[in-house]
Amino acid sequence: MPFIPHTEEDVREMLESLGLKEKEELFSHIPEKIRLKSPLSLPNPLSEMEIEREIERIASMNKGVMDYISFIGAGSYNHWIPSTVESLLNRGEIFSPYTPYQPEASQGTLTILFEFQTMMCELFNMEVSNASVYDGASALAEACLMALRITKKNEVILSSAIHPEYRRVVRTYLESAGFKVSEVQFKESGETDIEALEKKISDDTAAFAIQNPNFLGIIENIEKIKNLRERVNAMLISCVTEPISLGILKPPGSYKTDIAVGEGKSLGIPLNFGGPYLGIFTSKMEYIRNMPGRIVGETIDIEGKRGFVLTLSTREQHIRRAKATSNICTNHNMCAIAATIYLASVGKEGFKRISEINLKKAHFLAKELSKNGVKLRFSSPFYNEFAVKFKNPQKALEIGIEKGFLIGLPLGRFYPSLEDSILINVTEIHSLEVLSDLAKLLGEIKDV
Amino acid sequence: MSEKLIFELGKSGRKGVSIPEDELKELKVEEILDKRLLREEDPSLPEVSEIEVIRHYTRLSQLNFCVDTHFYPLGSCTMKYNPRIAEKLASLKGFSTLHPYEPEELVQGALKIMFELGKFLCEIGGFDAITLQPSAGAHGELTGLLLIRAYHEHKGKKRTKVIIPDSAHGTNPASCTLAGYRAVEIKSGKDGCIDIDRLRGELDEETAAVMITNPNTLGLFEEKIAEIAELTHSVGALLYGDGANLNALMGISRPGDMGFDVLHFNLHKTFAAPHGGGGPGSGPVAVKKELEPFLPVPVIVERDGKYHLDYDRPLSIGKVKTFYGNFSVMIKAYIYIRMMGAEGLKRVSENAVLSARYVINKLKEVYDLPYDKPPMHEGVLSGKKFKEYGVKTLDIAKRLLDYGFHPPTIYFPLIVEEAIMIEPTETETKETLDAFIEAMLKIAKEAKENPQLLKEAPHTTPVRRLDEVKAAKEPILRWKKDKGES
Amino acid sequence: MVPKDLRYTSEHEWIRVENGIGTVGITSYAQEQLGDIVFVELPEVGREVKKMEGVAVVESVKAASDIYTPVSGKIVEVNEDLNSSPNLINEDPYGKGWLFKIELSKPEELEELLSAEEYERLITEG
Repeated sequence: MPFIPHTEEDVREMLESLGLKEKEELFSHIPEKIRLKSPLSLPNPLSEMEIEREIERIASMNKGVMDYISFIGAGSYNHWIPSTVESLLNRGEIFSPYTPYQPEASQGTLTILFEFQTMMCELFNMEVSNASVYDGASALAEACLMALRITKKNEVILSSAIHPEYRRVVRTYLESAGFKVSEVQFKESGETDIEALEKKISDDTAAFAIQNPNFLGIIENIEKIKNLRERVNAMLISCVTEPISLGILKPPGSYKTDIAVGEGKSLGIPLNFGGPYLGIFTSKMEYIRNMPGRIVGETIDIEGKRGFVLTLSTREQHIRRAKATSNICTNHNMCAIAATIYLASVGKEGFKRISEINLKKAHFLAKELSKNGVKLRFSSPFYNEFAVKFKNPQKALEIGIEKGFLIGLPLGRFYPSLEDSILINVTEIHSLEVLSDLAKLLGEIKDV
Repeated sequence: MSEKLIFELGKSGRKGVSIPEDELKELKVEEILDKRLLREEDPSLPEVSEIEVIRHYTRLSQLNFCVDTHFYPLGSCTMKYNPRIAEKLASLKGFSTLHPYEPEELVQGALKIMFELGKFLCEIGGFDAITLQPSAGAHGELTGLLLIRAYHEHKGKKRTKVIIPDSAHGTNPASCTLAGYRAVEIKSGKDGCIDIDRLRGELDEETAAVMITNPNTLGLFEEKIAEIAELTHSVGALLYGDGANLNALMGISRPGDMGFDVLHFNLHKTFAAPHGGGGPGSGPVAVKKELEPFLPVPVIVERDGKYHLDYDRPLSIGKVKTFYGNFSVMIKAYIYIRMMGAEGLKRVSENAVLSARYVINKLKEVYDLPYDKPPMHEGVLSGKKFKEYGVKTLDIAKRLLDYGFHPPTIYFPLIVEEAIMIEPTETETKETLDAFIEAMLKIAKEAKENPQLLKEAPHTTPVRRLDEVKAAKEPILRWKKDKGES
Repeated sequence: MVPKDLRYTSEHEWIRVENGIGTVGITSYAQEQLGDIVFVELPEVGREVKKMEGVAVVESVKAASDIYTPVSGKIVEVNEDLNSSPNLINEDPYGKGWLFKIELSKPEELEELLSAEEYERLITEG
């Protein structure tokens, strides 16, 4: 049997030392009635050679962004990943430890997480970061719960231009615990309606949340948002699903954000059909005691040498149990490490350049599209994603696939009012030639 | 520790890996966006060369103990070997380059793996339906409790509390709070198992669920589990299973047959996916038929030989994750199950139990075994008898590092004083187990003869014992330039 | 070891009453059990509390302990020094390490608390 090293002799010796004869005796105290009578019904076991063939066969049933030129983003952006990331993540010393409970034997993991926290603070311009949570959506839900804890109020308001799946996760997390989740609409221009938002904020409002750039690709009016935060007694939660944008766009910390969360997938993590990804969680220092998740801190050992430990653990479930700030136990460690290696690899200048390329190429495509008579759905500024109008989006997507393109995400899936639009994402991986080809194609099929 | 932080390496202006060219150099960012939208100061990221990156992280990785380098008998964590073939195949381009919003017909292979994995897990656990969405065990607990909540509310009953034994994982009560329930802890019986009378005393119409780990966190099989299930159901409550300890039971006994209504699995424990130094894991939740309508969307269904993501589920609790769950972890578990088959999984549990019982039996004379019953896949000893020499369980754990072993879980479960929780798993050789036993016995001797040696341990690790009080009192949670090198 | 002039709870709080105002802290035994105190969460001044309600939290690295008020009343003052020097609880649990002052609304509750002898018996016999 693979992965089980005991020989017959080993088993015999171990049983003998326990005064037993047969392995079945190990389970003699399990009542007969609940013991399994027949073998589990599972496929026959495969050898390593056979499983490789089988899995390769299954993988070949899939067609991904290697087979099509894809412009689907919508919260999962396809970026180039430097080879350093995969190479280092393949080390057993990185993927096969547990959570760093014994710091003396875990300085590798702890040091990298300390670097990760520092990098997230830098990108988001926030004072403190945890060691990551599950993904962007659960990070937003945890942020809402944190604001509710801090303010002791019972409502959060979400911009409806936040990723629709994130809003669904927030509702799932909050509504069962008796909290109220309201939404505020976006304007015709694609920005969140800040005036309407202000009217909705009441004494019951713990926090209002926005996404920037928002789900429709639009860069929100952060000056208005900042002013609003200064006027009202509710916390501001900002969410960033495309952290590559932070190479050039104003970071959440600069517009008075109290808690900033995000999806770190863009930072060196493959598409992987939606996961595992990386939940980024940052806030102001004053809220640290209410933060969920693991936090790494610097300290010294008995000889005065610098070292790192998990700290402020009394917030967490294994100590505080029912009164913990969250039930979260694991972080998404491998994904946090991927992001750290990614950012170290591309470096200060590289990160900025990639961020700029995304913006420029998206605007290059937008220009090419207008040359071909294709109309953008919204008028507000955008980063690397925008919505385009079609007469029949479904038909356009089908033709796209025939021609080798995954054009984008049909917005009607989440917004009935945007049934005529497809959300298109451009990143550094798209060549100018490919962008021109797409513009030409869309020009031909926009009125189909 | 001689390794610097990445921020302390490199120098201003140094570039790292080869970055894509900017083909639109003549186009200026300021011409595209209003200056007010642009950040004023670049994030202060490292400026290092590619070899500095590789060397830095390689060297840091070497400061870790891990399954690949050390025996890691961490109780309740199932630190078994992570098959390389699963690592290799999970990163095939046919999986890693799939976007979650691609049309279903392009991702049939991915959906097939998820659908079949769900079927396998239901068969192993004895359940009818499943969601693969949760990211980890605790996330599974929250999902399971929300399902239970939806079930009761659909029946028109708002129940308020969940009963948990005092030996439970900390995530259990924390998940209850998050799901809007009050966690009521009941004291375990003298035998370390659920005290049936106390349970009966707490069970009432307000009880939404009883949340149990079986085998429990002492590694003991709850022999009265069928009676517990019957009692729970008699007041209309449901039985939730924390599947953290499933490695003891595969092919032997199924939680679904014991009377559990909901169970979460830990694919990163039982099904050999790596722990990754803290994640990502995967915590699928399986349920009995009555709870199926409430599962998170989408549910993967098969129709006419094709797989689909079914969102049309009006009673669903909603979603707990952006997309469909930690897909690459699922692939690894799928591969593991297909390689082991029914007979193999049964061997896994038999050998996991045999190894644990062997180790505990060899150590119970020198360390205390507070609940002296045959353990399943893990056992809990106590280090309390060494307190008279001024030695705590923590000191024993730290000394183990000097012998080249990762310590067991310590100070858990809370009901055991100075607890030492050992889970060897089935993938360790008898020679390794014997070496560990020998080290534990030597340490017990050292505790009496030279307690100072233990109190100052570890002596051989990259750093010595760390000042956790300082870390908590004066939190330094990020690197800062002005502080410079320390 | 246990000061004679104070009253105690079985949860290891002490109270000293002067002119209708009670000063509350945790006992030396409690601070020893917790180890180095790294953080204290104090109640809001002005809050009305009921006897044995959880009003503060004292944390060490590995434990968080809820602090219950021994009597009902209104919180009138908290020990702000603990925010910067939580270790005062370890150094001087019955003096500089006090937690909060409370204006007693039901002075008769004092009678229900443990005497020094009773408390001493509790911690020695367990």
